[in-house]
Amino acid sequence: MTPLIEVRGVGKTYGSVIALRGVSAVVNAGEVTCVLGDNGAGKSTLIKVLAGVHRHDEGELLVDGRPVRFSSPRDALDRGVATVHQDLAVVPLMSVWRNFFLGSEPRRGPFLDRGKAREVTRRALADMGIDLRDVEQPVGTLSGGERQCVAIARAVHFGARVLILDEPTAALGVKQAGLVLRHVARARDRGLGVVLITHNPHHAYPVGDRFLLLKRGRALGCHDKSEIGVEELTRQMAGGAELAELAHELRGVDP
Amino acid sequence: MTPVVAEVSGADERLRASGLLDRLVPRPEVGALLGALVVFAFFSVVTERFLSPAGVATWLDDASTLGVVAVAVALLMIGGEFDLSAGVMTASTALVTAVLSTRLGWNVWWALLASLLFALAVGALNGWLVVRTGLPSFIVTLGTFLALQGLNLGVTRLVTGTVQVSGMRAAPGYESAGFVFASTFSLGGTRFPVSIVWWLVATAVASVVLLRTRFGNWVFAVGGSAAVSRAVGVPVRRTKVVLFTATAGAAWLVGSINILRFTSVQANQGIGLEFQFIIAAVIGGCLLTGGFGSAVGAAVGALIFGMARQGIVYANWNSDWFQLFLGVMLLAAVLVNNALRRRAERVRR
Repeated sequence: MTPLIEVRGVGKTYGSVIALRGVSAVVNAGEVTCVLGDNGAGKSTLIKVLAGVHRHDEGELLVDGRPVRFSSPRDALDRGVATVHQDLAVVPLMSVWRNFFLGSEPRRGPFLDRGKAREVTRRALADMGIDLRDVEQPVGTLSGGERQCVAIARAVHFGARVLILDEPTAALGVKQAGLVLRHVARARDRGLGVVLITHNPHHAYPVGDRFLLLKRGRALGCHDKSEIGVEELTRQMAGGAELAELAHELRGVDP
Repeated sequence: MTPVVAEVSGADERLRASGLLDRLVPRPEVGALLGALVVFAFFSVVTERFLSPAGVATWLDDASTLGVVAVAVALLMIGGEFDLSAGVMTASTALVTAVLSTRLGWNVWWALLASLLFALAVGALNGWLVVRTGLPSFIVTLGTFLALQGLNLGVTRLVTGTVQVSGMRAAPGYESAGFVFASTFSLGGTRFPVSIVWWLVATAVASVVLLRTRFGNWVFAVGGSAAVSRAVGVPVRRTKVVLFTATAGAAWLVGSINILRFTSVQANQGIGLEFQFIIAAVIGGCLLTGGFGSAVGAAVGALIFGMARQGIVYANWNSDWFQLFLGVMLLAAVLVNNALRRRAERVRR
């Protein structure tokens, strides 16, 4: 099976700063590839390349086995690669249905087909298991988890084959994070390839099939779920030795 | 917080949110409509001429020329930008029309077309500069405002030797153009200026475009969050340039109404109007930060403006009080808008 997306030795520099170097990974249909790393590890740069926000300067980006360079987020979207950004998922002051169809509005003649837009939004959200009383309410009145879910449902509805989620569970409570992860799993079960960016291995491990660990712009390793446990994942991510040292230090100051 | 409490507050949220108040509150024009009712009732009681047919025609007329541009400015503000050059643009377009038809003997219709092209070009330039440089539109259009003001005075003085252009009545094509832009129509025995019709048409068009078209959806989106809009493929730059151009076009309409009605134009006209447009839009529910507002609200804002300005005249008060009223009204509107936005944007984790 050809991977939906594959990166081979991809790199990106901003001026003299090497943000990413020599990273390789694959995203298959119906699988979740998790990208893990601490702040500044290069996670954001990697997804910006995948989402078409930035162009890579080294290596190759392959979609369906063919090398591409996305010219814009719209270009990536047209090839079925949809990105749900952490803070950029929705416009808070706009209603749920207006957000849902933003950029792909259904029209009847010169006008918006509002009835259809509302109905489709309600149905698409219901399919994802999100029951909204009123799709006319501003998205800002939804909870953080629900907003992420609206963005995910939108990407799925508009035929995304690859879903890139940038820290969807950051800043969410335990319950809300669970809600989002459930919808990540649902998107995966529908056959989408999912890229889940997170710095929380406990969120990544239950849904992930493959784990790409980044540190300081380089890949520490890419592991299948069978090869690695959650403890080892956490240890590698945090830089095991440093964590042990920290634990020792903190214990030391205890009276 | 225990899970039980969370469940209870969740259920409560759904119950409370379905109330009538909650469904009305998010409508940006509700506050302005209430304000208009209060102002209307107040001057109807306090003065006698306010409700007379001639009185109604006067304040509707005052509101109309303000309202035409205010609804365009409202769309621009919803799109997240300001235009300080819109006021002085009403004078610039009038001057272009007047100079071309009185000095060069152009037919008024051709002169109107030329001034429209001039307005659209300046509007597009405003928009292009803003999206190109990423500078705040406040400062960019302040520049165009000053430039146009200087151009108005300088060119008028060069051409006429004075600071006004007059004599439109003798220009070819004045009759038909005057009929379209500056005639009056009779309703129940009272003459109403046709500018009121233009105001209603502008409001209806702006409102339909904003609420019922794809472009309108983009206007809300680019003002609400340019980054989100770009990420989902909305042409942010094009949307903003179109909004600036439309605002200049609305200013041209008012400039044309003025020049054909008064048949002369002062080169220093229109200064200060830009703030009146913005104030009308804000009273009508537009947020200064963009992403929220309504065209109907801005039209009602202009109506409040017209009613208060003429009502104070009818009540024989000093017009100084109008400024006080305006200030209080603006502050009240901003406070209400702010509360509404917080309500709509409140973040639940």
